Amino acid sequence: MSKNLRINKNNFIDQTTRISFKFNGQKLFGYKGDTLASALLANNIHLVGRSFKYHRPRGIMTCGSEEPNAIVQIGNDPSLTDPNVRATEIELYEGLDASSQNCWPSVNFDIGGINNFLSPLLPAGFYYKTFMWPASFWEKYEYFIRHSAGLGKAPTKSDPDIYDHQYSHCDVLVVGGGISGIISAKLSAEKGLDTILIDDKSFLGGSTIYQENECYKINSVNSNKWLANEIESLKNYPNLLVKNRTSLAAFHGYNYLLARESLTDHLSVNERKGKVRQRLWKIRAKKVIIASGSIERPLIFSNNDRPGIILSSSIKKYIDYYGVKTGENISLFTNNDSAYEAAISLYKSGVKVNVIVDIRKNSDSLIVKEALELGLKVLWESSVVDTQGYKRIKSFEVMKLSDDGYNVVGNRSKYSCDCLGISGGWTPMVHLFTQSGGKLKFRNEDNVFIPDENKTPSNQISVGSCNGEFKLNEIVVNTIENLKSFLSLNNSCYDGIKIICPDEKSKRNIWLLPSDKPIGKTKPFLDFQNDSTAKDVKLALREGFKSIEHVKRYTTTGMGTDQGKLSNMHALGIIADTTGTNMGELGTTTFRPPYTPLTFGAIVGRNVGKFFDHTRKTAIHNWHVKNKAEFENVGHWKRPWYFPKNGENMHQAVQRESKAARDSAGILDASTLGKIDIQGTDSSEFLNRIYTNAWSKLEIGKCRYGLMLNEDGMVYDDGVTTRLGENHYIMTTTTGGAANVLSKLEDYLQTEWPELDVYLTTVTDQYSTISICGPNSKKILAKIVPGLDLSDNNFPHMSFKNTKISNVNCRIMRISFTGEHSYEINIQSNYAEDVWIKCMEAGKEFNLTPYGTETMHLLRAEKGFIITGQDTDGTLTPSDLQMDWIIGKRKFDFIGKRSLYRSDTIREDRKQLVGLLTEDPKEVLEEGAQLVENINKKPIEMLGHVTSSYFSPNLNKSIALAVVKSGKKLKGKKLIVPMENKNINVTITDTVFYDKENKRLNA
Amino acid sequence: MFIINCPYCGERDQTEFSCGGEAHIERPKQPTELSDDQWAEYLFMRKNIKGVQFERWNHAHGCRKWFNMVRDTSNDKIQAVYKMGEKPPVK
Amino acid sequence: MCNLKPLNIQYLYSIYDQNMKNKYSIFSLIKNALSGHENWQRAWRDPEPKKEYDAIIIGGGGHGLATAYYLAKKHKLINIAVVEKGWIGGGNTGRNTTIIRSNYLWDASAGLYDHALKIWEGLSQELNYNVMFSQRGVMNLAHNLQDVRDLKRRTHANRLNGIDAVWLNTEEVKKFCPIINTSPNIRYPVLGGTLQKRAGTARHDAVAWGYARGADAMGVDIIQNCEVKGIKRNGDQVEGIETTKGFIKSKKIGVVAAGHSSVIANMAGIRLPLESKPLQALVSEPVKPIIDTVVMSNAVHAYVSQSDKGELVIGAGTDSYISYTQKGSHNIVEETLRAILELYPIFSRMKMLRQWGGIVDICPDASPIISKTQIKGLYFNCGWGTGGFKATPGSGDLFAHTIANDEPHKLNAAFNLNRFVSGDLVDEHGAAAVAH
Repeated sequence: MSKNLRINKNNFIDQTTRISFKFNGQKLFGYKGDTLASALLANNIHLVGRSFKYHRPRGIMTCGSEEPNAIVQIGNDPSLTDPNVRATEIELYEGLDASSQNCWPSVNFDIGGINNFLSPLLPAGFYYKTFMWPASFWEKYEYFIRHSAGLGKAPTKSDPDIYDHQYSHCDVLVVGGGISGIISAKLSAEKGLDTILIDDKSFLGGSTIYQENECYKINSVNSNKWLANEIESLKNYPNLLVKNRTSLAAFHGYNYLLARESLTDHLSVNERKGKVRQRLWKIRAKKVIIASGSIERPLIFSNNDRPGIILSSSIKKYIDYYGVKTGENISLFTNNDSAYEAAISLYKSGVKVNVIVDIRKNSDSLIVKEALELGLKVLWESSVVDTQGYKRIKSFEVMKLSDDGYNVVGNRSKYSCDCLGISGGWTPMVHLFTQSGGKLKFRNEDNVFIPDENKTPSNQISVGSCNGEFKLNEIVVNTIENLKSFLSLNNSCYDGIKIICPDEKSKRNIWLLPSDKPIGKTKPFLDFQNDSTAKDVKLALREGFKSIEHVKRYTTTGMGTDQGKLSNMHALGIIADTTGTNMGELGTTTFRPPYTPLTFGAIVGRNVGKFFDHTRKTAIHNWHVKNKAEFENVGHWKRPWYFPKNGENMHQAVQRESKAARDSAGILDASTLGKIDIQGTDSSEFLNRIYTNAWSKLEIGKCRYGLMLNEDGMVYDDGVTTRLGENHYIMTTTTGGAANVLSKLEDYLQTEWPELDVYLTTVTDQYSTISICGPNSKKILAKIVPGLDLSDNNFPHMSFKNTKISNVNCRIMRISFTGEHSYEINIQSNYAEDVWIKCMEAGKEFNLTPYGTETMHLLRAEKGFIITGQDTDGTLTPSDLQMDWIIGKRKFDFIGKRSLYRSDTIREDRKQLVGLLTEDPKEVLEEGAQLVENINKKPIEMLGHVTSSYFSPNLNKSIALAVVKSGKKLKGKKLIVPMENKNINVTITDTVFYDKENKRLNA
Repeated sequence: MFIINCPYCGERDQTEFSCGGEAHIERPKQPTELSDDQWAEYLFMRKNIKGVQFERWNHAHGCRKWFNMVRDTSNDKIQAVYKMGEKPPVK
Repeated sequence: MCNLKPLNIQYLYSIYDQNMKNKYSIFSLIKNALSGHENWQRAWRDPEPKKEYDAIIIGGGGHGLATAYYLAKKHKLINIAVVEKGWIGGGNTGRNTTIIRSNYLWDASAGLYDHALKIWEGLSQELNYNVMFSQRGVMNLAHNLQDVRDLKRRTHANRLNGIDAVWLNTEEVKKFCPIINTSPNIRYPVLGGTLQKRAGTARHDAVAWGYARGADAMGVDIIQNCEVKGIKRNGDQVEGIETTKGFIKSKKIGVVAAGHSSVIANMAGIRLPLESKPLQALVSEPVKPIIDTVVMSNAVHAYVSQSDKGELVIGAGTDSYISYTQKGSHNIVEETLRAILELYPIFSRMKMLRQWGGIVDICPDASPIISKTQIKGLYFNCGWGTGGFKATPGSGDLFAHTIANDEPHKLNAAFNLNRFVSGDLVDEHGAAAVAH
């Protein structure tokens, strides 16, 4: 099977560097510069995969990103394997190991091929019409459908590769390194603009760079030579960045573009180590020049999908660029002149060109004349009606077209071949233009959608064949002229350029070529990957799917990994022909980003693993780590959850910590609480408006608890605010709510009350907070701030003092979240760990015990203090929390006040916060468990749920907080907590379980 | 992603900003005087315009200033930005 | 009172019979294969609008078509039109990630969504159209202690409401979906999750097409490419609609226009508590089966399933601004994929094939509106936000009931417009921050 189809003449392939690779286990050779596809073709391998639905043999069809068939699995390492890689895009490297996908046991013998024989039963949308009986069986059918669908195999282990992001703000971005892109980049750079030129290939020059035909001349030299010089000259511009192997993925609004640079996929596995695999460029360009070119269309006739059927321009590229013959007996089938260029290249490389089948009546352009002069045989006004050969085309059959082109006439004549080149004309690549918001117009004479210059977003331009210019002279001259106005150039280095090129005059287009057989007996493929045929499109239309989007979805045309680059125009054409509509009115389906599939890893860049999200740590974090704290994630913060000692589990640690805090002393790192510094002459008035209670009369040096509502009256956040001076407060918020509270306060301040003289600054990170509580807290503090009078008279509960610890200013608040005598030391964060250690040393004799969030939650629950976000869920009012006392009834207004007086917020049967005691004091309820009165009455009426629940070592029983319908009135009522396996009896109590008289605050 | 011309900082990427919804909905001066219906109108009801909309934005990851923007929600084109308290520059 | 024509059962059945001759089954497939599939009937007609209808539904998405279907089927209204400005199923029906579940927190929501789920369970047979409802389970993950409390609370509420939901610990999560990274060393470790086994996915297009075919078979006119330009009212009674195909008279108009609800509401001179925002989704290239269930994570904001075709279907978040462009910001997609790779590091080499946006209408309480309005004969079904697909059959059924009876069904009574006045919101933010 393996024979060498390489010719020697070549400028682009380094035939001195042989590269070995594997395909389906077979060891093969290629050269540096090859793609996998060109290397396979050089080894006479066309059959590379099986189609999605019918598992028909499929071969390499193109040489670029539009390839629908040659999609392979690269490598077999479970962490590095890549599914669905286009053989036409991957550059050959030493050791490349590729295999066919979607076939079993092998691409040559694929059991799934049976689907081809069942194909009459599998028309478009067949799955909507069946698999419905018996009703419960869909998932069983589905199992088989799922396993036969899919293409390659995903990796099964984590990706070790690194991906990067690069931000760029340039004056001009040029997309595409073909002739119009090169000219554009040079003009832009010449003007001194900061320019980036990107191209997805490893080389610049597009298709012109290997255009050796003598018919194409620029300034009297062959166009390829001229362009090579131009490319060379780009090196003279330091303000021009050229990025090869970089594919434009998406063109978003405001000239925001994403491009993927591939850095290692062309290297051997050993050479890749330590290098970034792909880089995603995020480019904001002042101006964008799209020079993305065009792609050749196939032709639609029966069995047009066999291996060996290749786009004619690709045949030309394989021979001219890669030096690879795609066959030894090649024929071509075309509706335009470009196939003749391929024929001439083949002829000049010594490949037999059997016939050229042309649906046109004739053509007298230079290029056709040259072909005829070389003696190539042309069958004018003819069409291929069928092909033969299962795993490789062997022959094709031709018939004469009727005058109107709707029918074929006469007899079939058969031609043998091992490769058939097809060309259905050219489709401008307008994806990027439409992604950016541009609108297309339809040009009837050659059936193309092109950018509508009147509906082009500002600061961008399309040039070259993506703008519908296909002749070399038009491409070059128009690009130069359009850029002059786009970039405001007075003149250009190209002024006076002279171009000679063939002029294609004759055009004829037939979307679905006629056959002598009824369409039902033919297989004219449209979407080669998804196996949708012209028949499917017609069936969809017959069944009433009229919109192009319906046809696409019903037939899956254009939904493969090539996203319809080859199939969409024909689908549209067939719809237009069948329904008698003009294609321009029909419009296209939406071109969705990305242009070519984009690796998740590249989109995410470095933000994986430990960089997934930032982590906030308190200034005392290292001490917690050293002392074996277990941590809890609270927002972005890491908070010590509990400090297990000697192999304690959480329960044991928490019992010990909370007992120590009440018996002697406990210490908590409360630094994560939000702290907002409030200054300005209207600070008191501001607090009046944002908190439910009144603030004007708070004395300087005193603290007050405040509750903040949303405008809809629901509790939003809470915390203690301290009056530091006449016009100076410090507010604390919850840990999770800090950022939102600040932005909400700023919002009101700036937009509703700009007349208030108030300034807000977050100082959460600047101050650390160390909370010491317990009956011995005062003695410990006395050791740390010996000069401070800690008497209740001088320093009562809910007050604060400015003082110093080791010459460092600090604020000490006497406030309590545990119900114990308690202090909070606020100190600049860079001294916090030292002060913490000082506290620990001073507290040693009192068994000062560090505790975490879990113990904090337990201690406050014993006192019935709420935690917003845990005991509240955005549906509770202050009154629901039995906190009516905190609503300043005489206050004219505060945020959320009006909402508290709506018909449903004043209802007495709302859910209200209560305490719960379990019948069995050892039984700890599950947080989130529901409460019911009657478990036997269906449907079960749920009265509320448990919000907080703990075993209290200080009370030696289980306690819980809950919200219960009409809870305020239900004290003493017995309810049931129905669990999956048992019902737990509970009694509603007051919310305060411990020290109801608050004696310990001053103990 | 838009480029937003913050009236205080200049042109910045949209990711630095957060949107606060429809602009020029003034908080009632005397909420207690409003009926439940009128209060709901202020609290929840929105024009949600398809077309030119006046809206509030905050340079959240920048100067933290709130400002107003005129934007066509049917094509995301920004027509103007202006400071809080200023009159809209376009109608 | 509205002026409804009495039911003509025979007429109804004659249309139904005629149109259902082409009943779909393996046998009809074989039969048609023999004639080269040349004899399939239209799935629905393409009629011009009549002058007047008993009821008009604005919006030919899944919800609108389902509404028309149930109006015809259960409420004996046959003179119905669905008007659609583009092509049916082209809005959020064809743009969502097809997740179906009913494990909602509040009784009202659970009732609504489970009603829908029960209809899903027999929908393919009911419509004689394979909507491919696949009960592969939906798992919601918890990543912090408050997640655990919230999800457990939901699980308990679901169980007592008769909705299958179980709590899974981390090991059980891993067992149910082995490719999730359950390492305790990741930034937000998986602390457990809930599983609803009856939940799953369906084929979104098929839902619109199946309802369209079913409704058409009962005589409903489905009028595509017909954009509503105005709502005509006479005092507080609705009279009809101005469209690009002329004026169409009707005394009952049901609006199911999703992201464009406010646009229609503005035509009628009323305002709704909605904001329309871009919501994005994406699919990967197709691969062989790798994930066999649906996994959602609110905390890190990632949800993923795999389609029958093999594509990973990934839902991203909404932007913070109003937009009708069906495009969102790239950073939203980036953030979503970051979360996906955090939970599924094996997906790093997968490639995004296609991304798109839809316009979702979001209510302040993250619950829908299925309600009468202050204008007589004008009804709205909107506010589904990011999670309306799952409700399609139930929403259509209940909206049909509301339109036919001029009164809500008890299952949608809570989802009235008045709740925004009285303060009785159905706040599903906790449970539905990502309500897919």
